[in-house]
Amino acid sequence: MTEMIATRDAYGQTLVELGRENARVVVLDADLSGSTKTGAFAKAYPERFFNAGIAEANMVGMAAGLAAGGMIPFASTFAVFAAGRAFEQIRQSLAYPRMNVKIVATHGGITVGEDGGSHQSVEDLAIMRALPGMTVLCPADGPETVAAIRAVAQFQGPVYVRLGRNKVATVFPATAEYAIGRGQVLRPGSDLTFVTTGLMTAMALTAAAILQEEKISARVLHLGTIKPLDRELVLQAARETGALVTAEEHSIIGGLGGAVCETVAEGCPVPVERVGLRDVFGQSGTADELLTYYGLTPAHLVEAAERVLKRK
Amino acid sequence: MLNDQTVAELETIARRLRVEILKMLNSARSGHTGGSLSAIDVLTVLYFHQLCHDPENPAWAERDRFVLSKGHAAPALYACLAEAGYFSRDELKTLRRLGSSLQGHPDMNKTPGVDVCTGSLGQGLSQAVGLALAARLKSDKSRVYVLLGDGELQEGQVWEGAMAAAHYRLDNLCAIVDQNGLQIDGEVEKVMGVAPVGPKFLAFNWHVLEVDGHDVRAISRALDEAGKFAGRPTLIVARTVKGKGVPFFEHKASYHGVPPSDDELGRALEHLGHS
Repeated sequence: MTEMIATRDAYGQTLVELGRENARVVVLDADLSGSTKTGAFAKAYPERFFNAGIAEANMVGMAAGLAAGGMIPFASTFAVFAAGRAFEQIRQSLAYPRMNVKIVATHGGITVGEDGGSHQSVEDLAIMRALPGMTVLCPADGPETVAAIRAVAQFQGPVYVRLGRNKVATVFPATAEYAIGRGQVLRPGSDLTFVTTGLMTAMALTAAAILQEEKISARVLHLGTIKPLDRELVLQAARETGALVTAEEHSIIGGLGGAVCETVAEGCPVPVERVGLRDVFGQSGTADELLTYYGLTPAHLVEAAERVLKRK
Repeated sequence: MLNDQTVAELETIARRLRVEILKMLNSARSGHTGGSLSAIDVLTVLYFHQLCHDPENPAWAERDRFVLSKGHAAPALYACLAEAGYFSRDELKTLRRLGSSLQGHPDMNKTPGVDVCTGSLGQGLSQAVGLALAARLKSDKSRVYVLLGDGELQEGQVWEGAMAAAHYRLDNLCAIVDQNGLQIDGEVEKVMGVAPVGPKFLAFNWHVLEVDGHDVRAISRALDEAGKFAGRPTLIVARTVKGKGVPFFEHKASYHGVPPSDDELGRALEHLGHS
């Protein structure tokens, strides 16, 4: 049985370690520290934790000022509020000045579940990716989240990290090598490639195993960094397998699917099927019900693979 | 308390900086005249009397910080930075030109002496709160000053920042409102009233002072008092005149975002005793 860890839990634990290792690490939240898991840091280092209250715009501005004063701020809230309500503050106070602030947004995507479409961010990756110079990460599991958070603490410049609410299957060993901007081939294959991010990577591994029984060889390429995209690995997959299926817990517009299509259109045009939300908002339901309803399961990935193979 | 000689020196500098602002804007053929002239006396007192800073070492970690939240008054800031020696006066002529270190709105990565990027109104106070928190964490004595426009107070984020500054008892933070009463579309009180400004900040638990924003002695006294006040951030309402110093620009919203023409520049310089 695979270990199940919520990426937000991995984040909360890693923050406490970073706080112990580096006195310049400070954390901000907007009244969601219990949910985003920054509460553990608040308890361990209260003098370095700043609750902005329900005021995301000011939280991002304060984080910018703290960075200008030499600190390494991590600012957290739900993805829908970080990339939505505070977008212009992220643009003007963080991205434009290349401020050393890390926005770590939890509750990305539809697996937020019962809270419904108002709280399910399906466009945050697209919004953040459009900002010049912004680094955008979407780890697949707990171990990758730990590695990503440690890497962004060392990285100089603004970063957006998207995490989820629920426990997700672990696909990476704790010892896996990690670098911002580098994709990982988790399963070799020659007929097509699943190019995936976030929790869809675990599903692509299941889908590839199902396809194997039909004698279809599917590669799984995980992109934990949406920007800068690992262009080389994407083009190599396009050249070597000739067909791609992208999958993300996000709109098919502007996120991973958009980024991959832009890359292959310029560098190696091949058929692509995009799995994700098809220009719709989410709704209330359990996470599993919603993943099925919006077509984000291994079975849907198998169908997309069969479609793309017909177009080769 | 400023002595008469210092007052006279600061007034001379302010008059010279008004000339620089007008020449710079005329040369750029675009930019914000009215709000640069209303703010220049406050900026003069800050840069040439109040701030602990070192133009030889703009990145000095323990310097006082200044945030021009009303970023469109960039010409006033650039005139001060050039006068202080952060860069040569010749550069002022490049304002708003392609490749210039002097962008239309302040850019910390392009202009020595600029502490944060501003321009989109309402964001500077939040950044100043972050800077003040960082100074406190590092236990350094540096103070943070932020200048806002009165029209800018219509932005909701200003009040989020005001709440946070008082909540964290940031007595190392001083905000100044350049209350010239005008914004692009007309009188602030007609477009979207912000009065009474002082009592609003008082209700947000700030220490509030009010001064004539063109009286360098009064400005300096208020800044000193802010520095001595413990436990709360200070707001100084600086009553100013938009376009101050050039009679035909004064009290006119129409000169918010318009530079002086060649003819207007000539007449303005004559009025300021500079030809």
